Amino acid sequence: MAQASSVSVAFLGSGGAGVITTGGLLLEAACSAGWYGLLTRSVGPQIRGGEAAAMLRLAAHPLDCHADHFDLLIAVDWLNAQRFALEISLGPHTLVISDPRGGEVPDFVAAAGARVIEIPMKEMTKATPEWRANMIALGAAARLLGMREGVMQELITRRFGAKGTTVVQANLGAAQAGAKAVANLELPVRLPVPQAGPTKRWRITGNEAIGLGAVRGGVRFAAAYPITPASEILEWLAPNLPRVGGVLVQAEDELASINMIIGGSYGGAPALTATSGPGLSLMIEGIGLAAAAEVPIVVVDVMRGGPSTGIPTKSEQADLNIAVYGLHGDAPHIVVAPQSVSDCLFTAQWATYLAEALQVPALVLSDQFLGQAQAAIERPADAAFVGQRLTASEFAVPYQRYALGGTDVSPMAIPGTRGGQYTADGLTHTERGTPTSAATEHRAQLDKRDNKLKRFDYGDHWATLQGRGKVAVLTWGSLTGAAQEAISIARADGLEVRLIAPRLLSPARPEQMAAALAGVQRLLVIEQTHSAQFYRYLRAHYQLPSNTRVLHGAGPLPIRPGDIHRELLAEKAA
Amino acid sequence: MTDQSDAPKVSSLADLFAVAYQIEVDAVERYTMLAGQMESHNNPELAAVFRDLARAEGIHAGEIRRWAGDMDVAAHAQQVAKWKKNESPESADLDAVHYLMTRSEALQMALAGEERALAYFRHVLASVTDPAVKELAKRLVEEETEHVELCQRLIRKYQEPAGKPAPDDPDPAISQG
Amino acid sequence: MNAELKVAHKASDYKSDIAPIWCPGCGDYHVLLSLTRALAELGLPPEQIAVISGIGCSSRIPAYTNCYGFHGVHGRALPLATGLKVVRPDQTVIVTSGDGDGYSIGGNHFLHACRRNLDLTLIVMDNHIYGMTKGQPSPTTEPDFDTALTPGGSGLRPFNPLVIALASGANFVARAFSGNVSETASIIVDAIRHPGFSFVEVLSPCVTFRPDQKAWKNQVHPAPVAATDDPARAARHLMSDDGFNVGVLYRGDRQPYRPSFGGTTCDLAELEKEFEI
Repeated sequence: MAQASSVSVAFLGSGGAGVITTGGLLLEAACSAGWYGLLTRSVGPQIRGGEAAAMLRLAAHPLDCHADHFDLLIAVDWLNAQRFALEISLGPHTLVISDPRGGEVPDFVAAAGARVIEIPMKEMTKATPEWRANMIALGAAARLLGMREGVMQELITRRFGAKGTTVVQANLGAAQAGAKAVANLELPVRLPVPQAGPTKRWRITGNEAIGLGAVRGGVRFAAAYPITPASEILEWLAPNLPRVGGVLVQAEDELASINMIIGGSYGGAPALTATSGPGLSLMIEGIGLAAAAEVPIVVVDVMRGGPSTGIPTKSEQADLNIAVYGLHGDAPHIVVAPQSVSDCLFTAQWATYLAEALQVPALVLSDQFLGQAQAAIERPADAAFVGQRLTASEFAVPYQRYALGGTDVSPMAIPGTRGGQYTADGLTHTERGTPTSAATEHRAQLDKRDNKLKRFDYGDHWATLQGRGKVAVLTWGSLTGAAQEAISIARADGLEVRLIAPRLLSPARPEQMAAALAGVQRLLVIEQTHSAQFYRYLRAHYQLPSNTRVLHGAGPLPIRPGDIHRELLAEKAA
Repeated sequence: MTDQSDAPKVSSLADLFAVAYQIEVDAVERYTMLAGQMESHNNPELAAVFRDLARAEGIHAGEIRRWAGDMDVAAHAQQVAKWKKNESPESADLDAVHYLMTRSEALQMALAGEERALAYFRHVLASVTDPAVKELAKRLVEEETEHVELCQRLIRKYQEPAGKPAPDDPDPAISQG
Repeated sequence: MNAELKVAHKASDYKSDIAPIWCPGCGDYHVLLSLTRALAELGLPPEQIAVISGIGCSSRIPAYTNCYGFHGVHGRALPLATGLKVVRPDQTVIVTSGDGDGYSIGGNHFLHACRRNLDLTLIVMDNHIYGMTKGQPSPTTEPDFDTALTPGGSGLRPFNPLVIALASGANFVARAFSGNVSETASIIVDAIRHPGFSFVEVLSPCVTFRPDQKAWKNQVHPAPVAATDDPARAARHLMSDDGFNVGVLYRGDRQPYRPSFGGTTCDLAELEKEFEI
């Protein structure tokens, strides 16, 4: 059995089987044992009782994407499992554990040539009614991964203690039975023994990280309307904002959400809302108002399959166009995108800082993959980016809220400050803020709002730049992890590939991008859209090498390291 | 006599000075506002008429201040010069203006204001018993009567000739939002 | 309404130097007078007041005051005001709107603002028409009123915004007439002082598109009964009123919604604890 750098496990089941919970428990156990992991899930459309898959990858180092194939698949049952055929990629080396009473083994299992072993989980739970099939599966998985028995016992005792000793004992029993059932089996791969590191580690989802990052950046007011897959951001903020003196208000719709945060920010509180594609469409007018009236706000879009209602529970990157170009008129604003679960925290914090510093809306393009993935990460360093709005307490008479000159960020009077009374307006306005239709003033204010963004020093955070070489990969968001892994594999093959992953998507950074691309002869752009939105955006704003190819495809299937590596091999051969 | 139930009750000299003063001050404010409206709606002729009226009312206010001698009429006015529902009598009716109104129409508005003030002071004269207050009320009635006559003279002076068509704006309204 | 810093103010202290663009004869000039008089009566410093509006002729009002203001987008004044009030309970927040901005595009927010019952005052200048866009019907326009977009009239029954406000949970419901300047000012003072969501519908004639509304001054009359605190009784009155009853019609006793904001805070590090492995 070979040591692998990572092992991937999937649990499948439906209607009360509890596979999502099982995946979470296994990740938690693995983390206690010292490993890192990444957990995602895939579900049918039902609110409860639907078919579900929990997909985990474990390693001795942080993980930002899934592997190309699963090493172990445990199916509590196979009901409607064909749905997951493309997502749960199996190979001949995969060990599949199936319940003989769990329905017919679907075609995709046989087609992969995987080895199928039967464990009668249903029958075992009939014999011992307090046992649950998913706990049997959990025990089996822990054993096959080479986890010490004590780790699982400790976890079960801790997690179920509140439900009483009977439940704890039952779950311990079931897990032990599962471990016993696979005692003579082995996975072809094993994880390295985990080394305890010096840094603190967290287990967190991308959505939670966004919430925490925003609060670190200074957000204290949130108003939002629930939408999949962003609601967990709101669920985290609702109890946590009050702990830091803030509040979350549930609004009646997204039109209310966006305007409420503009009102709250106008009142002096850094403010945030979170939504997905359909909600962002509704908020576009409001975002334009914030841009025109120069009111800082943070709008998080956890992208999902589109267009229109699309696929609410799956990931895609096709809101790039509306985020960058969606406002009517010329309304420059900030668009940033986190690159991993961990980066969700930094990017949300940075976005808050930028919004406040530049008095502008900052859109954060996360996606369902990052948002709902749970990962073990190194505790993110405390970044110095805390929102610092330029305000004033002394004013000219009358106060010129939108005064030109300098950095083109003009001091903002906060209500309650004597002498600073002004009327913020979406109408084109003079330096004072009075509505005007005059050409000179219109252009002057357009220049102001454009310059303030262009002149700002965003530092190195604008992009992740790694490696050297004449071949480069240009990607963004949740695909960054897969690209990094593919590049590592390519390096092992002797191919040097650069990674350019912009975190700051708007405003464009022509000088910095030119420097990043200097010497690149072959470029591979990678994105999860049907129409290659990112590629077209790059072509609109940047000079790309003449040898540029695009690897693009709509969701919901993630682009995996293997897919990218194949493309890189083609570049090498070319 | 018009219904004066809305008007402030006057029981002392100070009260009457204060109310009379406020009436003029309100008129100055109102005519100034109307002058501004006419200016931003590009009717300089009417703007000038309203500014003249404002100036005239300002002079009246000054006179009342002088008659009152040492009394702080302005401060007292804040306390007592309150109409319950409507505005003080010489505050021109904002509803009666139109951006195409003529000089005669503006002066008709002014006349209506003076007539209302006259009716009020007549009512005060009829209802107070204090001789000093009665004396002042009489003086105010005389003043307002003069103002009424002045307005009537001006109206005759600026009367539009018969048969002249009412002002008309051939341009349609502009959608602004 | 908030604790007052009693300062002697005149109505003109609350007016800015910006000349309104309203047509001479517009009822909104009266409402501006009533509002500034009300604010003078309350004696609050102008910087402690925020006037929030959407889009429409009446929504131009914030810039004509000397208070803080926000001229937002069409129909969204109430959520703007809500966000501001939640983070700044110390500010007196007044929302000014029209029958289109407030009842049509803003309809949903109207319902929820009444329901939410924050300490806000909504003043709707209702002229039964869309003035700024040249004369289309609003939700309160008569069904037979002929307009370019609805030749012969819309045929639709007008809303009764006061009943809707009451049913949705508004804590204070009143109707005023712009022509009764002092009375409107008193009603506004009352509305601002009354805790929770106060709604004042001001009939405010449009001189350009509804010259027929000159007749309103002869049609308005004092409400035949005093304000009640019984929503059921108020509902009966409002359902049967002729649309010209002027005065405070309902004065409720719902507790206003006052979410906590800006209180003591725990260390940010506390928030991380739940993620630690």
